[in-house]
Amino acid sequence: MTDDRYAPGARVRTVHHDPPHHTRLPRYARGKRGTVIEPEGRAPLADVRAQGRDDWPVEQVYAVRFAARDLWGEGEHHVVLDLFESYLEDDQP
Amino acid sequence: MTGTTHSDALISRRVRRLETLLEERGIVTGAAVDEAIDAFLTGASAAGGARVVARAWTDPGFRERLLADGTEAVTELGLSAGGVQPQRLRVVENTAGTHNIVVCTLCSCYPVRLLGPSPSWYKSEAYRSRVVREPRAVLAEFGLVLPPDVAVTVWDSTSETRYMVLPRRPAGTEHLDEPALASLVTRNALIGTAAL
Repeated sequence: MTDDRYAPGARVRTVHHDPPHHTRLPRYARGKRGTVIEPEGRAPLADVRAQGRDDWPVEQVYAVRFAARDLWGEGEHHVVLDLFESYLEDDQP
Repeated sequence: MTGTTHSDALISRRVRRLETLLEERGIVTGAAVDEAIDAFLTGASAAGGARVVARAWTDPGFRERLLADGTEAVTELGLSAGGVQPQRLRVVENTAGTHNIVVCTLCSCYPVRLLGPSPSWYKSEAYRSRVVREPRAVLAEFGLVLPPDVAVTVWDSTSETRYMVLPRRPAGTEHLDEPALASLVTRNALIGTAAL
């Protein structure tokens, strides 16, 4: 039994944030629809850790698969990124 | 970055300055820094990744374990995926219908322990920005033209997981033993910018 928010196959959308600090959600993948492949293991949230704070939460990181068409509007390939749970929201079709 | 050598780069100057300050204040010695770098890089070359691939080609049980949990499986060969921070190794397998390529768009994350120091193009702005957008065009520039029916997946190392590609075994190598097979494996094939 896990307390992961997303199971493999879950349809998600990445948040559309633009923080003034370090983040591991690259600009090209913000506000995009993807599909969770599987959890990658828990890790300290880099956004907080990189600010030199010690109150970082530990979050599940998911491998999330995106169709090139959803990222760039064209292309037939897929891109997989490793994303912290707080970067993801349920996709509302 | 053109025309800038590694040692001129701003980040290199910063690191040197930081190291100097730490040494001046007696927090760390130069010898300790050298020792840490040496320890990290000892045995770190693409020969490690090549051994992993040759074993996967010749031992179906190992191949299964490798694809299920790369971090654990490479320890069977006395290898470690680990970096300075704990890292997970994930091996992605090329098949007749799929080709995988590894990148780090945010910086230059790379499985150094298994592949050695990364090539300069891997760290270049051009590779990092283009490969996620037009992988086939980038691969063609590396001399690899994939048939249109081969599906391409790009793995962007944005967290603690490091990726390595398991290339397809070349045809006509049935008679070769493990060391001979390992000698066929190139660094670029482990990154996914070449086939064998």
